[in-house]
Amino acid sequence: MVQPNPTPAQVAARTASRSADGAAGRTVSGEEVTGAESIVRSLESVGVENVFGIPGGAILPLYDPLMDSKQIRHVLVRHEQGGGHAAQGYAHATGKVGVTMATSGPGATNLVTPLADAHMDSVPLVAITGQVAENLIGTDGFQEADIVGITMPITKHSYLVTDPADIPRTIAEAFHIASTGRPGPVLVDIAKSAMAASTTFSWPQELSLPGYHPVTKPHAKQIREAAKLLATARRPVLYVGGGVIRSGASEALRRLVDTSGAAVVTTLTARGAVPDSHPQHLGMPGMHGTVPAVAALQKADLVVALGARFDDRVTGRLSSFAPHAAVVHADIDPAEIGKNRPVDVPIVGDLREVIADLVPALEAEHAKVGKPDLAAWWHQLDTWRETYPLGYSPTDDGHLSPQHVISRLGELAGPDAIYAAGVGQHQMWAAQFIRYEHPRTWLNSAGLGTMGFAVPAAMGAKVGEPDREVWAIDGDGCFQMTNQELATCAINDIPIKVALINNSSLGMVRQWQTLFYDERYSNTDLHTGHGTRRIPDFVKLADAYGCEGIRVEREDEVDAAIKRAQEIDDRPVVIDFQVSRDAMVWPMVAAGVPNDDIQYARGISPAWDRED
Amino acid sequence: MSRHTLSVLVENKPGVLTRVSALFARRAFNIHSLAVGPTEHEEISRITVVVDVEEHPLEHVTKQLNKLINVIKIVELDPESSVQRELLLVKVRADQATRAGVLEVVDLFRAHVVDVVPDTVVIEATGTAAKLSALLSALEPYGVREIVKSGTLAVGRGSRSITDRALERVRTA
Repeated sequence: MVQPNPTPAQVAARTASRSADGAAGRTVSGEEVTGAESIVRSLESVGVENVFGIPGGAILPLYDPLMDSKQIRHVLVRHEQGGGHAAQGYAHATGKVGVTMATSGPGATNLVTPLADAHMDSVPLVAITGQVAENLIGTDGFQEADIVGITMPITKHSYLVTDPADIPRTIAEAFHIASTGRPGPVLVDIAKSAMAASTTFSWPQELSLPGYHPVTKPHAKQIREAAKLLATARRPVLYVGGGVIRSGASEALRRLVDTSGAAVVTTLTARGAVPDSHPQHLGMPGMHGTVPAVAALQKADLVVALGARFDDRVTGRLSSFAPHAAVVHADIDPAEIGKNRPVDVPIVGDLREVIADLVPALEAEHAKVGKPDLAAWWHQLDTWRETYPLGYSPTDDGHLSPQHVISRLGELAGPDAIYAAGVGQHQMWAAQFIRYEHPRTWLNSAGLGTMGFAVPAAMGAKVGEPDREVWAIDGDGCFQMTNQELATCAINDIPIKVALINNSSLGMVRQWQTLFYDERYSNTDLHTGHGTRRIPDFVKLADAYGCEGIRVEREDEVDAAIKRAQEIDDRPVVIDFQVSRDAMVWPMVAAGVPNDDIQYARGISPAWDRED
Repeated sequence: MSRHTLSVLVENKPGVLTRVSALFARRAFNIHSLAVGPTEHEEISRITVVVDVEEHPLEHVTKQLNKLINVIKIVELDPESSVQRELLLVKVRADQATRAGVLEVVDLFRAHVVDVVPDTVVIEATGTAAKLSALLSALEPYGVREIVKSGTLAVGRGSRSITDRALERVRTA
C-alpha cells in the first residue's frame, strides 16, 4: 500500500534500498564526464542525499556540477568542523553514511576533530576534501596540507586521488568501508587537477579490497560457550555498548535480555539500546554511572560485553574492574577483544548475528540445565536500586537545578525526540536524567569528548529526521565553540531546539577544581550567567542568528519555556537556562580509582560489606 | 621483551608502509629492522618487521595491523621454522700491510670483496644477525669506516607459501 504522504524517513528508506540494489538498476558504462561530474555521479550512485560542507579553491570544480544535482542537497555550513559533526549527527540518527565536504588546507584540517570523533565512536562518515593540483602536491602550494597523512591515525581508511579514472571506484570503496564492519570515517582527498580533467564514469564499480573482510558471522562454538556461561551464571550482567546501536541489534538484544534474565547496563554510547523502562535495566555504568549499574559489574560473576570496549571511563582502575567476573566479549572488531581485559569467551561478529545465534543457544541450554535462579542477585540489585536511586539535591543558591531542567525536558519532549549533547556536566546529566526508550535518540561525543558537538550534530540529525523533534542540550562553554551553525539552521529551515544549560562556567572542569584542586577556579569562569556581564548574551545572540531566544531563570518558568519552544517550528529556538554553577554530577568514580570507591554524593560511598 | 619477526603482506600501493610503521610508532614499539620489497606477485609487497615487544601488546598491534585496509595477511615467523637473513655492506681499511688479514676474515665468513682501492675494501656478507655481528667484530681491529645493513628478510621453511592464499584474495576481491 502506498501512503499518499510518505514521511521523509520512508522516502529515505526507499531511496536507500533502491541504491543498494540500484547499482544494477542504474548501470552506466564509460560516459564522458569531468572528474568533478564523476564525483557527483558517484555520490548519487551510492545513494547520497545530504551533504554538509563549505566550498573553497581546491574543491571549486566539484561545487559546480553539485549545484545541478537533483538528488543531493548540500547544506552550506559556517565552519568545516560544524559540517563534520552535522554529518555525524545525520549518520547517528539515520544509520546512513554521513557526508561532509571541505576544501584543501585549512578546510581539511578543520575536519580533523570530527574525523577523530567519528573514529572513536565508530560513526560511518565519508569526508571529501579538495587537494591542490597534482603538480603542486608536496611543494607547499597555497592551501596545501597533507590531510591524508594528518588523518591517518584517526580514519578507518583514506585515499588520495590524482587520477580521475579512480574516482568512481574510490567513492564506492569509501562508502563500503565506512558503513561495513566496525563503521568509521573514510577520507577521500581529490586533487583539483583530477576534478578538472575529463574522464569516463561507469557504474557499478568493482571494489578492490583484498585486505578487507569483516567477519560478521560468529563462531558457533564460541556462541555455545557463551550460552553455557550465561545459563549457569548467578550474577550475570549484560554490558551493552554503542556497537549494539551501530549494528541495529536493539530488538534482538531485547530478546536476549528477556531470555537471560540478566541485569543490563548501557554505556554512554548505548543509551537507548535497551529501553530505560525495562525492569532489568540498571542504567549507565562508569565514572558517572548509577550505583546499581557500577555495583552490578563489580559484583558480577559473568560480564557479557556486547559492542563495548572496556573504556577507562567505564572500568575505572582496570585491575579492579569486575574482579569476580568471567568475561564474554562480542564485537565486530577483533582488535577490541582482549584489548583491555582478558576474555574467557571471545566472539567476533556482527552483534545482530551474534545475538540472533545466542538467544536460541541459550534457550537450548535452559532446556538442558534449567533456568538459573537469579532471585538472590535481583534481591541484591533491587536493594541497591532502592537505596541508591539516581537523584540530586536541589540547589541552595536560588538558581535553577540543571538536573531539574534536563529531567523536565526529557519528560516534555518524550522518548521519540532526538537529543544531542555537547561534552561536560550537561552531557552527563542528559545521559542520566532523560529516559531513553529507543536507539538513535541519544547523540553525543563519547570517546573523543568533543566540546561543541551538540549544535551541529542536532542540525545533522534534524536534516536526516526532519519530522522528529531534535534538541541540542548544550553547555555555555560548548555552545560558544560551534554556535555559528545556528545561522545554517535558520537559513536552511532546520528548526532545532537548543537547551542551553548555562552555569556561566566550564562546569565539569570547575567540578574537578572543586573536588581535587581546593576550589581554586583557574580559568573556568565564562561570564555568561546571572550576575555577570553576560558576554555574550545568549538571547541576543539567538536573535542575531534569526532564532527565537528565551531566558529562563526560575523553576516555574521551565515547563512553559520548553512548551513554547516545542510550538515554534519555523526557526531554531535557544533557551538560556541560567542554572546554578555549584551543581555537580553524581555519582562519581574519580579518575583512576577502583569502581568500588564510587561516591553516591560528595563524601558518601555505599557500604558494600554490609550488603554483601 | 622478546624479539618477533612479522611478515606482513600488503597491497602494493603508496602510503602503505607509513600506515604500518605508524602503528608501531603509536605504541612506542621499537622497530629493530624493517625490509620492504616486491613479491612474486606484482599486486603484493612484503614487509618484514622485527620488533622487540611483549606477547600481549604484540597480539594487539597485530590485530590493529590486520585492520588496515591495505594489509592482506600477517604471519609471525618463528626463528626455529624459518630462514632469516640480513645483508651487510662494510667498508674496511685494508692497506698493503693489513689486506691479507682482512681477506682471511672475508674467507672465513664466506663473505665477498665487492670493491677494492689501495687502502680500503668493501665487503658484502649475508647471514643471520649473529654471524654478521661476529664478522664485524673480526673486522673491527682493521678499522671499519662505514656500515650499511638491510633489514632482516625471512621466509618460512618447507613448501608452504604464505603468498599463495593471499593472492587468491587479491584475485577474487
